[in-house]
Amino acid sequence: MKFTWFNLMPWPYLPDDFREKNRSVWVDIDQRLFDPVKAHEVYNTYMDLLEYADTLGFDGIGVNEHHQNGYGIMPSPNIIAAGLARRTKNAALVVLGNSIALYNPPVRVAEEFAMLDCISGGRLVAGFPVGTSMDTNYCYGQIPALTREKYAEAHELIIRAWTEREPFAFNGRYNKLRHVNIWPRPIQQPRPPVHIPGGGSVETYDFCIDNTYSYSYLSFTGYIRAKALLQGYWDQVAKRNAPDTSPYRAGFAQTICVAETDEEAERLYSEHVHYFYNRCLHVYPGFADAPGYRTIKTIQSGALSQYAPPRGFGELTWKDLTEGGHVIAGSPETVRQRMEELIKGLHVGNIFCLMHVGNMPADKCMYSSKLFAEKVMPKLKTLMPEWDHDERFWCHPIDRRATPGSLPTPYAPARATEHA
Amino acid sequence: MMQQKTIETPHGQIPYLEGGSGEPLVYLHGAGGMTAGDPILEALAATHHVYAPYLPGYGETEDRPDLRDMLDYTLHTWDVVRALGLKDPILVGHSMGGMIAAEMAAVSPNDVSRLVLIAPAGLWIDEHPTPDIFTLLPFELPKYLFHDPETGAKLMTAGLRIDDPEFLKSYLVRNARQMGMAGKLLFPIPERGLGSRLYRIRAKTVIVWGQSDRMIPPVYARGFEAGIAGSRVVEVPEAGHMVILEKPAVVAEAVASVA
Repeated sequence: MKFTWFNLMPWPYLPDDFREKNRSVWVDIDQRLFDPVKAHEVYNTYMDLLEYADTLGFDGIGVNEHHQNGYGIMPSPNIIAAGLARRTKNAALVVLGNSIALYNPPVRVAEEFAMLDCISGGRLVAGFPVGTSMDTNYCYGQIPALTREKYAEAHELIIRAWTEREPFAFNGRYNKLRHVNIWPRPIQQPRPPVHIPGGGSVETYDFCIDNTYSYSYLSFTGYIRAKALLQGYWDQVAKRNAPDTSPYRAGFAQTICVAETDEEAERLYSEHVHYFYNRCLHVYPGFADAPGYRTIKTIQSGALSQYAPPRGFGELTWKDLTEGGHVIAGSPETVRQRMEELIKGLHVGNIFCLMHVGNMPADKCMYSSKLFAEKVMPKLKTLMPEWDHDERFWCHPIDRRATPGSLPTPYAPARATEHA
Repeated sequence: MMQQKTIETPHGQIPYLEGGSGEPLVYLHGAGGMTAGDPILEALAATHHVYAPYLPGYGETEDRPDLRDMLDYTLHTWDVVRALGLKDPILVGHSMGGMIAAEMAAVSPNDVSRLVLIAPAGLWIDEHPTPDIFTLLPFELPKYLFHDPETGAKLMTAGLRIDDPEFLKSYLVRNARQMGMAGKLLFPIPERGLGSRLYRIRAKTVIVWGQSDRMIPPVYARGFEAGIAGSRVVEVPEAGHMVILEKPAVVAEAVASVA
């Protein structure tokens, strides 16, 4: 099992009446709600927490890309990951990921990921999302019906840039490059492991199966609701005669809050969970799914955006959220039981632990993360022993890694004899 | 009555509606699509032989991922005109269809001598940004499309089973296909350089605009008028962007004036 401590980096200062006074947390969110000076604190605290997760023994620390978004102030995950590469030692850097259709040219992603892999000593896990419709279409202006074709071309270009050893010409529809020859290239050969965040597009299942990439379902609605979607993925894995059903072929994001007791969990975390589910996910339905973004096949299969639930997001209580599985919360034993249900029920080996929730302050987040790392994770680690040997979906760091900040004493020229 | 027929083009079978008699006229529908019962078709067919092809993505067309941009759609529509065996038909287009018609006339100025643009898309004026149709929810559309939104809402939903889940699913699929295609020309800003090509148009051109158009405000008529030499604007009172639904007879009269 691989546990990645994930931070979406929500803006923690959305006002109480945010939902009533604003139509969306995303795309056209009110500029005046952002305070750059407060952001100085917020970014540094969030990066500290990611670094703290490394010291707790999480397998990975995770970042992602969103634009113009009140619950994800991380338009460039690579900037955060670069900071983390220097200040952490062991955890994989799970960048989930770069929306490759948005980079012009996408060679930029091949280069920056190669830099991250080199700086971190081979600790990169690379993610290539298509990006949500909010990010890709409404914020970054990509034509919805062409987004997937552009994504596919970007993917081909990046993989070739990573793996070919001679300069090559790339005559794509969206990218015309005469001399592709990235410098640096990644440590991990032939390429870093790749995870693909998806939201139920059948084409994405096939793409992962064909390329031996891990399919990540980054849902906020928890493991109970995810059952049908991941079953669809595993059915496709079987139908396509994939060579194995390794649980590492799949990943899942889950909001987790641990305390000494179930009651304490509710007392400590309820308001922060409430903040996230009832404020941060307030997305205007008109931004959820630009027509043409999803393929017809996917719409016919009934997979719609998680940002526009048919009856809208009502006000959800702690009870709704914990019983419905959106949030797994409680004592270490309660959390362990439910995590085991999740892991076995969905058959997933990569868990993205959303341990920082909404406007949770750092001390509570540390408390919850530490309890999870010490009292829950060790018991879950051994759940899929028959797949322990499967290393295709995780990073392979080099053994002798540099220690940042360990410069020698400056060169000092031998002192000439003093002249009188 | 309009009849649905099919012709073969390099981009597959294209369904089209045909009816009426008189001078041949090609009508290009807007992003919302077209049905055989559209009053504008009937009004035009009273005096013309009307051919109204479905754009790929609309009606019972196949999806055409190989048609991606303005030039692809412009040339495709010329292919359709040729497949119909027409030479210099009166070219009429509404909204996105008007944008395509104007491009066709700009690309092949010697093949179009009469052009009618009804509230065409294709220009962008910074001081008068048009609403982002791709973010509008169905219930928000009438206020942008109609002079009288209440009556307009009824026109839009007449005969539709909007409470039936099966209908809603097919609506989502149809909307994704149609607006997905429209996005290739209109997303995120409905401007693909037409303004710099308008000078090429040689056709006698009439520009028709509803005075209450809140989708593409009437100020845009002046942009087309300034770009197309000798063109003339007909403003229609008490009509919005769907002037073709609200005042079909007035539109047909304007069309007749280019013949």
